[in-house]
Amino acid sequence: MENNIIFDLKNITVAYGDNTVLKNLNLSIHDREFITLLGPSGCGKTTTLRIIGGFIEPDEGEVFFEGKKINGVPPYKRQVNTIFQRYALFPHLNVYENVVFGLRLRHLPEKEIKETAREMLELVNLKGFEKRHISSLSGGQQQRVAIARALAVKPRVLLLDEPLGALDLKLRKDMQVELKNIQQRLGITFIYVTHDQEEALSMSDTIVVMDNGLIQQIGTPEDIYNEPRNAFVADFIGESNIVDGIMLKDLYCQFSGQRFECLDKGFAPNEQVDVVVRPEDVDVVPVEKGMLKGTVTSVTFKGVHYEMIVDIGGFKWMIQSTDYQAEGDRIGLYIEPDAIHIMKKSEYSGMFGDYSSFSEEYEELSNAEEPEDEENSGEEEDL
Amino acid sequence: MNRRSSLNSKLTVSPYIIWAALFIIAPLFFVVYYSFTTSAGDFTLENVQALSKYLPTFLRSIWFGIEATLICLIIAFPTAYIIAQKTDKIQRTMVMLVMLPMWMSFLIRTYSWMAILQDTGIINTFLTKLGIHPVHMINTGGAVILGMVYNFLPYMILPIYSVMAKLDYSMVEACQDLGGNRLTVIRKCIIPLSLPGIVSGVTMVFVPSVSTFYISQKLGGGSFDLIGDVIERQFQQSYNYNLGAALSLVLMILILISMAFMNKFSDEGEIVI
Amino acid sequence: MKTLSRIYTALVFMFLYAPIAVLLLYSFNSSTSTIVFNGFSLQWYKTLFADGSTLHALYNTLLLAVCSSVIATVLGTAASVGIEKLRKGALRSAITATTNIPMMNPEIVTGVSMMLLFVFIGRILRINAVLGFGTMLIAHITFNLPYVILTVLPKLRQTDKNLAEAAMDLGCKPGSAFFKVVLPAISPGIITGLIMAFTLSLDDFIISYFTSGPGFQTLPIVIFSMTKKRVKPDMYALSAIIFVSILILLILYNIAQVKSEEKSRKRH
Repeated sequence: MENNIIFDLKNITVAYGDNTVLKNLNLSIHDREFITLLGPSGCGKTTTLRIIGGFIEPDEGEVFFEGKKINGVPPYKRQVNTIFQRYALFPHLNVYENVVFGLRLRHLPEKEIKETAREMLELVNLKGFEKRHISSLSGGQQQRVAIARALAVKPRVLLLDEPLGALDLKLRKDMQVELKNIQQRLGITFIYVTHDQEEALSMSDTIVVMDNGLIQQIGTPEDIYNEPRNAFVADFIGESNIVDGIMLKDLYCQFSGQRFECLDKGFAPNEQVDVVVRPEDVDVVPVEKGMLKGTVTSVTFKGVHYEMIVDIGGFKWMIQSTDYQAEGDRIGLYIEPDAIHIMKKSEYSGMFGDYSSFSEEYEELSNAEEPEDEENSGEEEDL
Repeated sequence: MNRRSSLNSKLTVSPYIIWAALFIIAPLFFVVYYSFTTSAGDFTLENVQALSKYLPTFLRSIWFGIEATLICLIIAFPTAYIIAQKTDKIQRTMVMLVMLPMWMSFLIRTYSWMAILQDTGIINTFLTKLGIHPVHMINTGGAVILGMVYNFLPYMILPIYSVMAKLDYSMVEACQDLGGNRLTVIRKCIIPLSLPGIVSGVTMVFVPSVSTFYISQKLGGGSFDLIGDVIERQFQQSYNYNLGAALSLVLMILILISMAFMNKFSDEGEIVI
Repeated sequence: MKTLSRIYTALVFMFLYAPIAVLLLYSFNSSTSTIVFNGFSLQWYKTLFADGSTLHALYNTLLLAVCSSVIATVLGTAASVGIEKLRKGALRSAITATTNIPMMNPEIVTGVSMMLLFVFIGRILRINAVLGFGTMLIAHITFNLPYVILTVLPKLRQTDKNLAEAAMDLGCKPGSAFFKVVLPAISPGIITGLIMAFTLSLDDFIISYFTSGPGFQTLPIVIFSMTKKRVKPDMYALSAIIFVSILILLILYNIAQVKSEEKSRKRH
């Protein structure tokens, strides 16, 4: 994979006044990969995308496309196309004219334009929609037009800025599959921006987790999920119980007052660490057989499993189990060595992973992010 | 940071900025300049001192303006409410009917009122035919206020209507649901919610009423001079621009104060058109 | 309650239309009186069309309205595009406040203040009759500008911020991206602003009154000088014609709007 890097970002820094949005970012993107920039709003993911697209020039650092420096090259000269958050379809043109917009600018022969348009509309399942007006399309259909329009000019790289954010859940799942299919069929690079971890996990070859203008971790979805590098990543991707622990020696750690076997090594003896245990990796056992013992404080039925909050010595754990436990029950917990993941202490230690203040409503509120991309916010004013 | 934009924003605003500086800001400067100079251009406070003579005129203008505004509000609020209750199609037609008179020269419409109100005009001819003693209406303060109400009523109806039409009707239902009778619903729910419309309606009626000069001349017969009449005379008859400028300056300050006062009523101080 | 509200509405509309009905009626009067109706005749319509000066004033009015609304629309649209992109700050607030001045200020003050400016400049440049078409045009553009900005700016806010970027992304140069994509997208707002500016200019009397000279008179000014003496019913005839043409235009506009709405409903 080393030799087919298509985009290379080197030491990129971007600041809006006092607010530094990207801090010395380094990122290499390989040809034909589906790479996702994942993070909460304001983490710098959209800014990164816009730098690649040429809509923003970084204050510092260099951008390379196939080894050539392209700082200062305007968007209309880049072999990169973008699917915008709200699609940015041209409201005064019909579906066909939207799709061929880029082709017309290239002064291609009419026959070729027609052929490409047909091909593209077929690709996104919009055959027969040529004459339709943009305003008469549903959100999903508009999304498809945007994809067809961007792909019609045969870009090497497609940038997608939260493209599914405006769609409802069912449609979003369908489009995820479809986007992945299109990417594989065309064999081009997709750079995808989202704050939705599920979306990132199910579509990507590579995930770049970002927060606060910094890359927190780069890896395959499995790596990111199973081996999060710090408490932020562990918490942002999936549910995690994150407790303070001590690495006694290689393969042995201690947390919640108990010693555990684990698979991690390479830490200093008795090093303070963060211990991650995923809720689904904990087995519920009778109290006397448990490695840890606790009291169930709440139970929620989730369909596939029950989600319980268990109080273990004052720390609230989230446990997912298919067996029902009543509120107030004393239960034992059994944790296999491979269910334990050890992380070095970081600036995020202690900020995440305790479910004592957890409530569903709260979770939903914090997920309801603004679809506004970060650099456009704060500019509204009444005149 | 470097942002690419399709057109340079500073470049596109600058013609407007220059225009506004030359033709919006500079004229106001000249109002101030003329207010404090003689016709020869020397500094003087004479014009400002002469203003005290016009205090009764100012007070009359304000008083007529307030009366006209209140009457407009009383007529317009129920009208706007009634229109807002209708179906979309009827609403559109009625709004059009409210706007239509505004498209005609207000000079002609005001003049037409003379024909209606005169001692030998339509109303009095009608009354005489019925055997009722004719009523003297033209050249009274009442006629002037009627002219103001007539000319500026649409400016009150339209903003109140546009706020009411956007009102979420379920809020009215919620108010009823919580035990409000018809009157309480109007008092506690509809009036506060349509306040932005009322505020802009009040400003849009009060400002032209206070500053009018034609209506008072035609329907007041010259015996109800308003501040607008005095200003007009300085510029078009006695050519005393300096006094006229001083009067305008005071009128402007008066409007600014009343505007600030009105904006206190609505939190946002926005004007709905 | 329903009958009550009906009676009320009827009364309000009667009030609004009474003077219009009167002038429509008297435009057909056979005598010069605008008080007593003597009998039906079309003579005032004939006098109107025979009178070159009124028609000339109508021509002047239309010329001024077309010029001022077009220039105000171009300037105002350009300004809106710039304002929309400006960041919050002193400059932006200053522009906002300035834009509000002509709308908030009493018309007479606006008119007088511009007159003072023109007269002052005239004195410096030693131009004797400075007031005329030029000064009126400037005045009309000035009071039209805020209305254009206020209709274009919201439309600009509603449109997708990435529109121009999308066009550039597909290969447009920045300038052509604006003309190819952004301008068509905000055209409904621009057209509304243009129509609004046009009608405001057509109808304006007060500001025109202070900025016009004897060399260039618009209809409202001619009407004003007539009402100073006695109005002859040919003015009524003219108003009647204007009223009926506006009525027809509005009805046509409404029908067109209803039709286009039905069309878009069918499409969904």
